[in-house]
Amino acid sequence: MPGRRLRLHVLRHNPQDPASVPRVETFELTESDGMTLFVALNEIRATLDPSLQFDFVCRAGICGSCGMLVDGRPRLACRTLTRDLGPDITLAPLPVFELIGDLSVNTGKWMRAMAERLETWVHAVDPVDCDRIEQRMDPDRAEQIYELDRCIECGCCVAGCGTARMRPDFVGAVGVNKIARFRLDPRDQRTDTDHYLLIGTDDGVFGCMTLLGCEDVCPKGLPLATQLAFIRRRMAVTALRGPASTS
Amino acid sequence: MRVVWTEVLVIGGGLAGLRTALGVARRGHAVTVLSLIPPKRSHSAAAQGGMQASLGNTLRGAGDNEDVHFEDTVRGSDWGADQQVVRMFVHTAPKAVRELAAWGVPWNRVRAGAHEVVINGARVTLEEPVAAQGLIAARDFGGTKKWRTAFVSDGTGHSMLYTVGDRAIAEGIEVQERVEALALIHDGSRCHGAIVRDLVTGELVAHVAVATCIATGGYGRLYQVTTNAVNSQGIGAAVALDTGVVALGNMEAVQFHPTAIVPAGILVTEGCRGDGGLLRDADGHRFMPDYEPEKKELASRDVVSRRMEEHMRCGKSVKTRHGDHLWLDITLLGPEHIRKRLREVYEICQSFLGIDPTKEWIPVRPAQHYSMGGIRTDPTGHSPHLRGLFACGEAACWDLHGFNRLGGNSVAETVVAGTIVGESIADWCEGEGGAGSVPMGLVREHWAQVKGELEGILGRSGGENATQLMEQMQRVMADHVCVFRSGPVLQLALDELQGLLKRSAQLGVRGTSPGANPELVDAYRVRRMLRLAICVVAGALARTESRGAHFREDFPRRDDRAWLRRTLAFWRGPDDTLPTLDYETLDVTRMELPPGWRGYGGKDHIEHPDTARRAAEVAAIRDGYSAADRHEIQEWLMPYRHLLPPRLRGRNERLDEPFGITS
Repeated sequence: MPGRRLRLHVLRHNPQDPASVPRVETFELTESDGMTLFVALNEIRATLDPSLQFDFVCRAGICGSCGMLVDGRPRLACRTLTRDLGPDITLAPLPVFELIGDLSVNTGKWMRAMAERLETWVHAVDPVDCDRIEQRMDPDRAEQIYELDRCIECGCCVAGCGTARMRPDFVGAVGVNKIARFRLDPRDQRTDTDHYLLIGTDDGVFGCMTLLGCEDVCPKGLPLATQLAFIRRRMAVTALRGPASTS
Repeated sequence: MRVVWTEVLVIGGGLAGLRTALGVARRGHAVTVLSLIPPKRSHSAAAQGGMQASLGNTLRGAGDNEDVHFEDTVRGSDWGADQQVVRMFVHTAPKAVRELAAWGVPWNRVRAGAHEVVINGARVTLEEPVAAQGLIAARDFGGTKKWRTAFVSDGTGHSMLYTVGDRAIAEGIEVQERVEALALIHDGSRCHGAIVRDLVTGELVAHVAVATCIATGGYGRLYQVTTNAVNSQGIGAAVALDTGVVALGNMEAVQFHPTAIVPAGILVTEGCRGDGGLLRDADGHRFMPDYEPEKKELASRDVVSRRMEEHMRCGKSVKTRHGDHLWLDITLLGPEHIRKRLREVYEICQSFLGIDPTKEWIPVRPAQHYSMGGIRTDPTGHSPHLRGLFACGEAACWDLHGFNRLGGNSVAETVVAGTIVGESIADWCEGEGGAGSVPMGLVREHWAQVKGELEGILGRSGGENATQLMEQMQRVMADHVCVFRSGPVLQLALDELQGLLKRSAQLGVRGTSPGANPELVDAYRVRRMLRLAICVVAGALARTESRGAHFREDFPRRDDRAWLRRTLAFWRGPDDTLPTLDYETLDVTRMELPPGWRGYGGKDHIEHPDTARRAAEVAAIRDGYSAADRHEIQEWLMPYRHLLPPRLRGRNERLDEPFGITS
């Protein structure tokens, strides 16, 4: 049985080409069994237009490279089956991030800047002697940290965020989740005062309007709304208690 | 020509490259990492199941130490590994896992008391000791005597990569994203950096460096069906090969993982079987015990993959329009375990197969997974053929894995090798390497050569199509250079690949849009990949024996007498269509563990004439010094500590080997 005819309407632009103007181009192809957008886009590049730009790496929903707007919604393209979509599919690059070309955006630059700003690493002062038995950790705590550590920095939450559209320096759910993750980590010796200095602003956790688009579109199903609410509460308490508070 | 100067250039931003860069920076040297993609998107993130390190914290890991890990790894390699390198690795792995713990990896931890696990298809209750509460836990993996694989659910590589990636950011390591090295700058004996293309703007830049380290991962994408990421194309290894003087070691040693989902080829972790999952055939029969009564589903990957293919040839496969497959059954592990410890597997099954693995079996068959071969280096990661060139991780062959890598030893290798090689690069910069000067004419010559190559491709609008050449190469490799190999079929593959290589001289592009130009990228890569593919096949054709993952139906026995040797492939002339093969002998008389039966798989190898004598010597040393501690005995058998950087030479503490209070 021949597959459906699909029409992929792709928002295209190559900023490297002075002659390029943003436009929608339509590509038609026949749906194959179990086709994902990874398969479809590669087929377009191989057979219809070799210049089409997009990013895939793991093609297994692990690396977070292929976030894009699929029918207006931020998703991982590799994990999107065409059979779950209609015959007309619109694809556009994630908003907020710098456009590299067509469906490829510079999430790497954005995420590195976020990491530098929020210092998303364990802050410890004691040097560790790796010859010796490691520090113990509560098994439940380790699992709780992993729950938040699963973020793949795909940028879907930022692209789905109302605040991020209005405030270019907003840290996004991805940033607040990082703070929540390191806050849970007993190896990180920062206090809530330190966290407050990083995200206690309108570009931080107080910028969130609780639209919860982030959690709706997170491909990893991270509990972003809960973390945002929790961190906001902690930061408010820290602010009220004054900068000496260390929770 | 724009020239950028840096002290150390690390090509590849995965775990191995980042850990190397950190080591170099901590020794006070300037380092720049080049990466095709944002580093946290590297294929290291796809390592699911875990990292081997002999901590011995769990009940089933009790008694584990470097000696046991050493023997497992050498047996796994089918005696192809460099045993001194294996020793360096198993000694450093516990330090590496502890360093990562301190940096933030949320390793799963031991919970004291009773817990239920599945072993050999049955539920068993294990009682974890109170003394181990909160220490790093471990799961079972194939080819190991102990439960040794430290893990973070089944997102181990992800957590490791994010921790090391963030550590690199914390320490201000410069990473250039979306750039690709296309040639090394060298004079035939000394490497001075690389010619690098910007994948966004298309600009070609010369990076001049005192030391250059290639950590670009494996070459899985030579194959049509692989678990590897789309950028695991081996370009780093190809760039080294193109120098004409650097050897690639054991390129024919390609691992096929038993459990890739059908048809997408996406990996589901060995942790599935480590945690008790079973392989079943079309009749629902658990077939592995019929073939491998000792280790069953947990024999090494090469053996399990071979048994699966063998069983499918017996007509026991499930036949679908996507091709034949077998089943992986993890339903017996229970929904809670799967959602907690195998959640990536759960997500992958849901997203790509539309099935619920807590209730349904997973369709699997072997697929290309790992490249044991790579840039040949010495035990410190330095190329013996081109000074100033280093390599580590999957891109390298130093040679930890021989002809088969054990599961859990690859992510462990990335950080262990990165730690060791980072020190060795710093030594080089502070010694011999720092003394040289860079001939700018040489830099310009290499830059112009790459420039000419790219302009040639851009100028041929009616030339060969890169996508077609790539697809044909991948099909040849999948059809003819897979789990089972034989002389006539390999010869056929070699002829076809040589034909494709000749055609690749006429590669062209349809569009010449400025900037990224993905078509141009495919074109210059496929040429490089074809050379790698030819090295794999030439090595496989010449190796008339079966060892580890390299199985010849026409030479089914391991032949230690003739083939206890490492293949070296050189590409001497730019117009050659075949590599020049050479061999390095593995010296039985210096082995700590002389060749024997692996404990699984075939038993009928051809013995090396020195094996019996060396085995007797080893036994005599063990008997003669039975009062000495295991470290001393090991030192008598095969010294290796002198090869390690001084700060890594200390012993590893364990619950059953405590340091005492003052040490």
